[in-house]
Amino acid sequence: MKCRVCRGPAVIDIRRHNANFCREHFLRLCRDQVEKAIRRFGMLQPGERVLVAVSGGKDSLALWDILVDLGYSADGFYLGLGIGDYSDESAGYAHRYAESRNLTLHTVDLPATHGFDIPGGARAAKRAPCSACGLSKRHLFDEAARRGGYDALATGHNLDDEAAVLMGNTLRWQTEYLGRQLPVLEARDGFPRKVKPLVRLSERETAAYCLLRGIDYIVEECPMAVGNKHLAYKAALNDIEVQSPGAKHDFYFGFLERASERFRAEVEQDRAALAACERCGSPTDAGVCAFCRLTERATARAPVHFSDRGSP
Amino acid sequence: MRVVLRNPTREIDVDGPMTVHTLLQRLDLNRESHLVICDGELVAGDRTLPSGAEVEIRSVISGGSR
Repeated sequence: MKCRVCRGPAVIDIRRHNANFCREHFLRLCRDQVEKAIRRFGMLQPGERVLVAVSGGKDSLALWDILVDLGYSADGFYLGLGIGDYSDESAGYAHRYAESRNLTLHTVDLPATHGFDIPGGARAAKRAPCSACGLSKRHLFDEAARRGGYDALATGHNLDDEAAVLMGNTLRWQTEYLGRQLPVLEARDGFPRKVKPLVRLSERETAAYCLLRGIDYIVEECPMAVGNKHLAYKAALNDIEVQSPGAKHDFYFGFLERASERFRAEVEQDRAALAACERCGSPTDAGVCAFCRLTERATARAPVHFSDRGSP
Repeated sequence: MRVVLRNPTREIDVDGPMTVHTLLQRLDLNRESHLVICDGELVAGDRTLPSGAEVEIRSVISGGSR
């Protein structure tokens, strides 16, 4: 296989582009795709300060690397979730990358700052671990971006992530979620602007980008995620992609171009007025925000049970 | 050739030589969700892997809440 650009030996084949690329031209393709997404969806303006949500995985490290390469002032934010050895190892990858590139990485440790970890919090609140994790990440990422005065919060959601979420939302016709599934969410009511600059790259491409750039990332899967629906949707979509290269891209970008708008009116109509959370001050449509409610349940002491005679 | 698979990490021996695509097919692995690294280098699908190669097949799928 030869590189489509220079005819040198290719290191990767990308069937949805019907092309092969050498190292140099593959890295250029990745940067170009991110730049195109940023421009097409108006994600960032030159000179803006960006906070990148960094997990130590391939997507967030590739995103950070590309944003810096494109000239953005991008700091990282790592959230320790207390998922045993997995969290310790992923923190190591995030820190080593930041140090090697002389970049700023802010960190917050959930157990140290809020008194619970994801496995324990999920059990206490009777939520799926990925649900408690997502809620905690959204809340603490938003808070970090707001407090740091960043113009935008960037996350490493890639084409596979977005196509899998779209598949899940479509299978159940969750119209409210469909109306919100956008590559950029503008800042509003105290929430920072949120952007997903990797939506034009598959996760095979972000992994290859890291390998070819010498970026070490955590390869192991999060033990909490094993067997979840999101992974099943990704596997199903990749089975389709093998038969029909470009299917994931067409599914997601076709939705954005031809269907997404139809679900937005419902979102706007249902948009409740937000006020400051009574506990933490974050914007919420309830008196106490969902994260503070999770924290309360996760840190509540186990009830003491009394016997019939009244002694414990 | 010695083949290392990840998630979970395990090793198997496979008779070579064979192309990257043939190896993935033989192991029933989807080419859209895996990268193949031969002797430390990322390799494209038509590349022939020699008998004595050290090969890693890396799954690129990650899940969870993101």
